[in-house]
Amino acid sequence: MLLPILFIFFSIAVLGFALLVVTTRNMFHAALFLVGALFGVAALYILLEAEFLAVVQILIYVGAIATLIVFAIMLSRNMMRRDIRAANDQWVEGAVAAVLLFALLVLVLSRASWPTVTAAAPPDAIPGIGKALVSDYVIPFEVASVLLLVGMVGAIIIARERE
Amino acid sequence: MLSKYGFIGILAVVAFGFPVLGLVVAWLLSPKKPNPIKQSTYECGVETIGDTWVQFRAQYYLFALVFVVFDIETVFLYPWAVAYGQLGLFALVEAALFVLILFAGLVYAWRKGALEWQ
Repeated sequence: MLLPILFIFFSIAVLGFALLVVTTRNMFHAALFLVGALFGVAALYILLEAEFLAVVQILIYVGAIATLIVFAIMLSRNMMRRDIRAANDQWVEGAVAAVLLFALLVLVLSRASWPTVTAAAPPDAIPGIGKALVSDYVIPFEVASVLLLVGMVGAIIIARERE
Repeated sequence: MLSKYGFIGILAVVAFGFPVLGLVVAWLLSPKKPNPIKQSTYECGVETIGDTWVQFRAQYYLFALVFVVFDIETVFLYPWAVAYGQLGLFALVEAALFVLILFAGLVYAWRKGALEWQ
């Protein structure tokens, strides 16, 4: 009985924060609202008993990506102005595209079958993830490392060119 | 398993409620006799010069990005470390390669002076 209430509470929290992200006129506050939405998603992961995913969500999205977004806003010219219009002159086209995309998603999702697992989630899934990373998914594992390296080198080159 | 997170939930509610309670009680009980000195931003301190909403130096971004890279590295290595006892030498070599590739990035950042504050 409690779980559906918690699920609805966190879902509303995520949607509310997400709405604030796109409607607030202060980019910096939008980034902070995004942190709230990401925390809500982490809570939803915990309700789904996906602990590792929840920790990753907080560690990477809240801890790292949100920091990066806040930094990007603080470093951009004019982004720190308090009053930025959230919409531009193309809002009509944007609204049409958004409504069409929403209709398409509703169409696809209503036709999809949603298989449910009745078995309980494994109590400790992390060793399984660790084993999969170095056996079946070893190539993505190593490619992720290269991808991170490329991102870091690219940032250093861009940052140094500016001087 | 899920009930353990109930404690985190209770702690979160208490952590959020505690400062709110303090502020509300202070707002209810405190006498309100404002004067210009009381209402200044810093009652004892130096007033800030200019707007506080300024553009920050781009160099901060580099530190944030390097942090993100090693944050993600931690997340990848954690499941590997948990499963370490059940894995063989090959897994150790793979993880070492993973760390070495990122270490090359750190060496690059260091050599290029990206970690130096200018």
